[in-house]
Amino acid sequence: MVPNSEVRLFGMWASPAVWRVEWALKMKGIEFEYIEEDVSDKSSSLLMYNPINKQVPVLVHNGKPIVESLVILEYIDETWNDKPILPVDSYERAKARFWATFVDVKCREAARKSFFGEGEERENGIENLEIQLKALDEELEGKKFFAGNSIGYTDLVVGWMAFWLGVAEEAGDFKAVNSSKFPFFTAWIENFLQDPLIKNNLPPRDKTVEFFRLFRQAGSCAKANVK
Amino acid sequence: MGERELKLLGTWVSPYVIRVRVVLNQKGLKYEYFEQDLTNKSELLLKYNPIHKKVPVLIDNDQPVCESLVILQYIDEAWSKTGPSVLPTDPYERAMARFWAVYIDDKVFLASAGILKATTEEAKAEKIIETMAGLELLEETFKKCSKGKPFFGGDTIGFLDVTLGSCLVWLKATEKVSELTLLDGNKFPKLVKWTEQFLSADCVKEVMPKVEKVEEYINKTLKPKWAAAATSSK
Repeated sequence: MVPNSEVRLFGMWASPAVWRVEWALKMKGIEFEYIEEDVSDKSSSLLMYNPINKQVPVLVHNGKPIVESLVILEYIDETWNDKPILPVDSYERAKARFWATFVDVKCREAARKSFFGEGEERENGIENLEIQLKALDEELEGKKFFAGNSIGYTDLVVGWMAFWLGVAEEAGDFKAVNSSKFPFFTAWIENFLQDPLIKNNLPPRDKTVEFFRLFRQAGSCAKANVK
Repeated sequence: MGERELKLLGTWVSPYVIRVRVVLNQKGLKYEYFEQDLTNKSELLLKYNPIHKKVPVLIDNDQPVCESLVILQYIDEAWSKTGPSVLPTDPYERAMARFWAVYIDDKVFLASAGILKATTEEAKAEKIIETMAGLELLEETFKKCSKGKPFFGGDTIGFLDVTLGSCLVWLKATEKVSELTLLDGNKFPKLVKWTEQFLSADCVKEVMPKVEKVEEYINKTLKPKWAAAATSSK
């Protein structure tokens, strides 16, 4: 318990990186003020707190900003250190951090190519996603969640793939998640989305699909206009 | 407690490997080092890092840890009572260190590699500007983190010291190959002073390759490899 704590979160309703921070804050029972940002017209506060990347999420704790969702998650876990989100064992922590980088760098890149790409680039993206899903599927064999019987850090971090990947598949008209190829991963998606913490803390699906559809169109226009 | 068997898979030239070795040295940890040939990946590498097939891989009593920044934190936590801490103890300072480490790898080092890879003067100039902008921010970050002491980590080498420090020989080799100055003592006086402190530390000297060797590697191995990939891609 951190007394006299002022916690503010700058976010955007559709952003998975923002939601994972919200999940962590709610898991810990931390009270916070949420500020919705218009990312096409960024507030002076956001630019002041995150001048380098100018992105959400930004957590401001007692006036001090922390940026990048993975960094924020670790900060939350270390500052409010009851009900730990990360595993206690150092090797398990290393595994959790490994998966975090894996989904945020590799899977995200593959999803981006599958979503925005065309022709060979798209095919390559989907192929890579399938290889990555296989790895995640193997990791989940015999487990309800990555962390065991209840949600932990790895679940929160992979969480975007439980909801936003499905949204991207629908809005981008491609398919990578397959219940017969990846039975454990598919089961995990169900378990994750049904968990009371997550179920009540997701953006509206239809609105998110529409948002991503527009986002994809804007992406194609941008590509067409470049060089 | 029984003897712990530590192994490290790496390459002599990789900054990601060098940073792990510096920390292992600083903690006084003994390990068996296996130099890898990444053009012909060993069974050991494929067994212990099947997903990425990259170095470094730290193997602790047969349990592999991959990704350099993950390894650094693992070493810090698993040997928390041995040698100096790698990360600061304060959660906010730890968050700053984690942020800047990723910035160094994803923005600064990558931009500097872009200088070498650029095929036009325009592209090269863009990457030089990016690298210099990154170094400018790091000069400011150094002032905030070091608080007048020799290292980002204060009195001892820490997380940001090894993350940026491991890239130094590459930065210097890039300067020579591309005939320019990046680590400009006029623009970044604190940072340049820090480079001297870092490179002269015992735990660093042993594992840091010579600039000339990296220069040769860039000219004889890397550049031809990139050129071949460019001509063979559709």
